[in-house]
Amino acid sequence: MTSAKPAKPGPRRVAHQPSWLEKMTQDHVRAISGTLSALARRPIGTLLTAFVIGITLALPAGLNTLVANLGQAGDSLQGSLRASLFLNDDVSAERGAELAHDLTRRPGVSSARYISREQALEEFRTFSGFGEALDILKDNPLPATIVVTPSAKQPQARTEALLKDLGTLPEVAQAKLDEKWLQRLYAILALVQRAVLMIAGALALAVLIVVGNTIRLDIENRRDEIEVMKLIGAPNSYIRRPFLYTGLWYGLTGGVLACLLVQAGVISLVQPARQLAGLYDSQATLQGLSLNAAAAVFAAGLGLGWLGAFWAVSRHLRHIEPAT
Amino acid sequence: MADIIHFHRVSHRYDGGPQIISDVSFTLGKGEMAFLTGPSGAGKSTLLRLTALLARATAGQVVVEGRNLADIKRSQIPAFRRQIGVIFQNPSLLNERTVFDNVALPLLIRGHSGDDIGRRVRAALDAVGLLPKEKAFPLTLSGGEQQRVGIARAVVAKPPLLLADEPTGNLDPQLAMDVMALFMRFNEVGVSVLVASHAISLISRLPHRVIHIEKGTLEERRKAELMDKTHDFG
Repeated sequence: MTSAKPAKPGPRRVAHQPSWLEKMTQDHVRAISGTLSALARRPIGTLLTAFVIGITLALPAGLNTLVANLGQAGDSLQGSLRASLFLNDDVSAERGAELAHDLTRRPGVSSARYISREQALEEFRTFSGFGEALDILKDNPLPATIVVTPSAKQPQARTEALLKDLGTLPEVAQAKLDEKWLQRLYAILALVQRAVLMIAGALALAVLIVVGNTIRLDIENRRDEIEVMKLIGAPNSYIRRPFLYTGLWYGLTGGVLACLLVQAGVISLVQPARQLAGLYDSQATLQGLSLNAAAAVFAAGLGLGWLGAFWAVSRHLRHIEPAT
Repeated sequence: MADIIHFHRVSHRYDGGPQIISDVSFTLGKGEMAFLTGPSGAGKSTLLRLTALLARATAGQVVVEGRNLADIKRSQIPAFRRQIGVIFQNPSLLNERTVFDNVALPLLIRGHSGDDIGRRVRAALDAVGLLPKEKAFPLTLSGGEQQRVGIARAVVAKPPLLLADEPTGNLDPQLAMDVMALFMRFNEVGVSVLVASHAISLISRLPHRVIHIEKGTLEERRKAELMDKTHDFG
């Protein structure tokens, strides 16, 4: 055996070791600035990916806005909603008028008008065109009615409960809500709302796949760098971090674009919507994304971007090992 | 003397492949510098890969810095590798980053501050004689310069152990001698160095121990012969 040199003391580490928090902050700041400048270096690719995510997020967000607006329009149309209470024939005209007066003081009722049997007959004669036919009849076949207008500022369920209540009054033979179509609208809205949820779920998956695939390609393109990183002992968290931030940025830009797209759609629909509402004697105006909804779109973008990146990173990073 | 590398009856085969090395035992002392020689395909690279945990022994024990590598879990490998500077024939630099940024990588992953990184990177570049090239990109450098950037990157974080696999393979004799001299300088400040090389003519002029491997085994007789040669030239 030839000369083995005598062991000398190993090299000393000189500068102070940064604390864990300092190191973490510094690592994250470096990852953030590094990923942002990397994305800025290829703005077209970044924007295309962000647009795909933005459109994907805008679809459920837009549908949700539409449903919210239709719901609101329905609520405002409740002003034109009337219920007819058909009174028993043995209720006197005085009692009927008194009842109508009492009803106006009930919560949830904005007005109530008594129509006597004679008035009803008169109205029918005037408006129906069947006047002569009525003359054949011996008795007045029409019941006395109270027309109740429910207050517009209450939910649909309250109105229905009120109507059910009124139906149980001893003087009332039958209570009938005139506008069946409004109930149908609410039923359809409930259905659409459910559908929007389902679409949102499917599109969330789409965002995950878009981000995941973009990050996967990114990992593929930087295979050499990752190999070197692993060779020099970079911790997995260090190698993962830039990819996770990249996913986060894609999600964030996608969320912003989605909000902009929805707002643009709302603005372009304001005019025709106003016309439509006018046809229904409604003052309803088209509302944009609510603050909550916008926050939800942002959060969904961020969350899905990060998750998609995490998915890609955990699937693909471990397979890259330094080859020599 | 404590050993920094200890191989005890180590064998290795790649999945489904033939045995690359079989029943190899050797040690490298702390602060020692030694050469690993043998023809191409004899298993020199595999020996270094086993030491850096780029591969795992299929039989026997590899102990580095007192740790049995079989006990190191996958998640602990990065921390383990940070103790070792690795240099390959292909310096595997990142071509879209400057020389400075390439050398700074090991410090970045350790979370050194910016000032500290600047100082250490320049010291390492100075040691390999490339300080004026810190802003250059690797592809604008010669093969020898690229190799030296790789060496600067391997030593910048001052690992206690340096492994080099054919670091002079692409270099002309003068550059090769420069690189070897560089390793000797690091060794003088206490770094343990193991260099795999088949440049016998170069190695035989140096005073360090030579470990010879052939067909996957250390051949004591061959080794003794080579030792004699070393003495002749040394």
